[in-house]
Amino acid sequence: MSDVTMRIWRGDPAGGDFEEYALEAQEGEVVLDVVHRIQATQAPDLACRWNCKAGKCGSCSAEINGTPRLMCMTRMDQLPEGPVTVAPMRTFPVVRDLVTDVSFNYEVAKRIPAFEPPARPAEGYRMQQIDVERGQEFRKCIECFMCQNVCHVIRDHEENKPHYAGPRFFIRLAELETHPLDTNDRRELVRQRMGLGLCNITKCCTEVCPEHIKITDNGIIPMKERVVDASYDPVGWLGRKIMRRPKRSPEEAAAGSSS
Amino acid sequence: MVDYETHDYDVIVIGAGGAGLRAAVEAKERGLRTALVCKSLLGKAHTVMAEGGVAAAMGNVWPEDNWQVHFRDTMRGGKMLNNWRMAQLHAQEAPDRVYELEAWGALFDRTTDGRITQRDFGGHRYARLAHVGDRTGLELIRTLQQRAVHLGIDVFMECKVLRLLTDDDGRVSGAVGYWRPTGEFIAFTAKATVLATGSIGKSWAYTSNSWESTGDGHAMAVWAGADVIDMECVQFHPTGMVWPLSVRGLLVTEGVRGDGGVLRNSEGTRFMFDYVAPMFRAETAETEEEADAWYEDHINNRRTPDLLPRDEVARAINSEVKAGRGTPHGGVFLDIASRRTPEYIRRRLPSMYHQFMELAGVDITAEPMEVGPTCHYMMGGIRVDADTEAATVPGLFAAGEVAGGMHGSNRLGGNSLSDLLVFGRRAGIGAADFAEGRTGSPQLDDGQASAVIAAALEPLGRDGGENPYQLHHDLQQTMQSLVGIIRTGPELEQALEKLGELRQRADKISVDGGRAYNPGWNMATDLPSMLTVSTAVTQGALHRRESRGGHTREDFPTADPELGKVNFVQRQRVERGPDAPIEIGPEPLPQMPPELTVLFEEAH
Repeated sequence: MSDVTMRIWRGDPAGGDFEEYALEAQEGEVVLDVVHRIQATQAPDLACRWNCKAGKCGSCSAEINGTPRLMCMTRMDQLPEGPVTVAPMRTFPVVRDLVTDVSFNYEVAKRIPAFEPPARPAEGYRMQQIDVERGQEFRKCIECFMCQNVCHVIRDHEENKPHYAGPRFFIRLAELETHPLDTNDRRELVRQRMGLGLCNITKCCTEVCPEHIKITDNGIIPMKERVVDASYDPVGWLGRKIMRRPKRSPEEAAAGSSS
Repeated sequence: MVDYETHDYDVIVIGAGGAGLRAAVEAKERGLRTALVCKSLLGKAHTVMAEGGVAAAMGNVWPEDNWQVHFRDTMRGGKMLNNWRMAQLHAQEAPDRVYELEAWGALFDRTTDGRITQRDFGGHRYARLAHVGDRTGLELIRTLQQRAVHLGIDVFMECKVLRLLTDDDGRVSGAVGYWRPTGEFIAFTAKATVLATGSIGKSWAYTSNSWESTGDGHAMAVWAGADVIDMECVQFHPTGMVWPLSVRGLLVTEGVRGDGGVLRNSEGTRFMFDYVAPMFRAETAETEEEADAWYEDHINNRRTPDLLPRDEVARAINSEVKAGRGTPHGGVFLDIASRRTPEYIRRRLPSMYHQFMELAGVDITAEPMEVGPTCHYMMGGIRVDADTEAATVPGLFAAGEVAGGMHGSNRLGGNSLSDLLVFGRRAGIGAADFAEGRTGSPQLDDGQASAVIAAALEPLGRDGGENPYQLHHDLQQTMQSLVGIIRTGPELEQALEKLGELRQRADKISVDGGRAYNPGWNMATDLPSMLTVSTAVTQGALHRRESRGGHTREDFPTADPELGKVNFVQRQRVERGPDAPIEIGPEPLPQMPPELTVLFEEAH
């Protein structure tokens, strides 16, 4: 088989550049296989994060030929001919080579009030399949953080990070909001502290999602509608007061107390 | 002298898969200072790979199911080598652990009346696996991760633990390791330490395991003087991908067969009907008609042989390929396309659909998959007390795949996720009880910590030595070819010899670059674990001169009733120094009480 040329970004927080590696192509390989072969034969300290190599753990996100993808699910034979460029995700600080510091995401996760169901009835919780499927779509998320990486609110805008949760956490919040058992109301929290209003639905996140979650259409847009309803719709407000669903008030949830 | 940071906790949990997370949650809920230490980012552990489901006798689909049936299935699947008490606790407590996950936000698939639905799996008499499509492991780990974050557990991510520390009384008192991003060292003191480090599969060439499965916990326990049992019992899952080569070994869930898929050889024959062992004959269908009718009616039909326990199916596939009835890439066909509609397949098995479509260019709704055995699961592990998960060294606890006993010589599908939950919780309780009762604060022994650090740094100071990647590759080839699915005495002897050579080469590893996120150095620090564990597996396999469950000896092809009464226990006498050999010998299994033995006498 013919040779392949890989242009891989090497460096650390101080800076770096692309380095070229040439090696023989092998049938059926994905980008991560080639990176591993470079480690084993040419650059033993080439840093790259990976785990399952099956598209299930979301560790090996990188920008391949400029597009965020999982290295383990990108077949070499489906990339255009010519050198293949692999760079770290740009939105997060570089640790080394292809590895980035994604701790921003773990910090946002800590700020989300937990799921809170009513007491379990003696016969157990009952939920219909059709009702759990809404949340299940969002729970397919493997936390590869590629949606965060392409979101232009924080890509190249470090200043927005403190008050913007990003698409991954909008669908986490949407999942909780649509959970048939959840009693927390997080709409004010989403509006005031999670920066949902900054998203202007360009759908970049949806395009890169390896799990094909319709982040914008099924998560963010319905959330925006619910948040608007909570803030500005007096009929809806009255309806919620009369209905006896034991949701906590938006203000309580926004205060961030979670238990 | 190299500096290191220090941290003090009541309980540290090493490993953040399902078992580690569940243990940490339990200790934290008790109000103890709890740390969770993991080699990868939180939520990436190998548990995410689990596909099929959590086995729990909830009886939501088949009200006939109960813990006694689950217990019996588990023991028979393990060929009666299981620790009966663990199997009993597991069967009794699994349903509560599933409902607990639901209360923490997990969204399992539902029955038409709104309860958690359950699917069929190999070796389980009734549809028993609570699931979320074919991504149940992800649901489990995410739910536990979110619970852990909510409780405010301190998480040390991308932090690799090298060794356990012991105090003067021989109690485990903490651990030492390093941060992968920086290479800086870190030491913990803890009143109780839980190992939940998962599997060992990365010592084989074809495995469903991720890079993390290097047997760190198994090895660290041995180095601390703890007993390990049943190390010869390694499960080769019957259905891994065989092509393309780069993904060879990647798991194809048993759910494919649970949902109607069947195995065929190159002649199109459903060959599993020819491989029904006497133990399973009474409950297994004899014709394709009966097997197919079973999916809809479990009461009046017997189950399909495609869903025999994994060891049986893996050996059958091996035999078919050996007899020349394999597929072009050396596997057999797994066919669900001709048996279920494309819509059904995509709904029930979405991950499998994408995995084959994207990695192999195969549409599983239109054509059969090619599959073959892959190193998947470690039944053997740290010997623990069934109720508390205490190891034989005080202060040390173990749960999940790193612990031995629960699954005997072969694990049933679905019993792994339930194992993580049941024994993760129990290990958390055991560790918390021990921590609360422990007198005095564990002191950090700087001599021990510094010696561990010095050893870890050696490869970085060496020039022109062995390449760690090459050494790993050679280890994988050795274990794959000599300690694989079918074993013989002479090959195992040869493997021990080769492992001795590899250990010597490992002393001469040299690594380029610095300490910050250096995968070559990381590999060098993983190799001691892999070599220790591989040696223990090979020794166990050599001593167990019979075939039982996941352990198959070509030179002893049948089960020996006498060997069925013992565990092979391995132990390093640490008082004799770090190079003391790992000694091995048989010890009797715990005795099952009469009220449980009676379950195996009833005709079924």
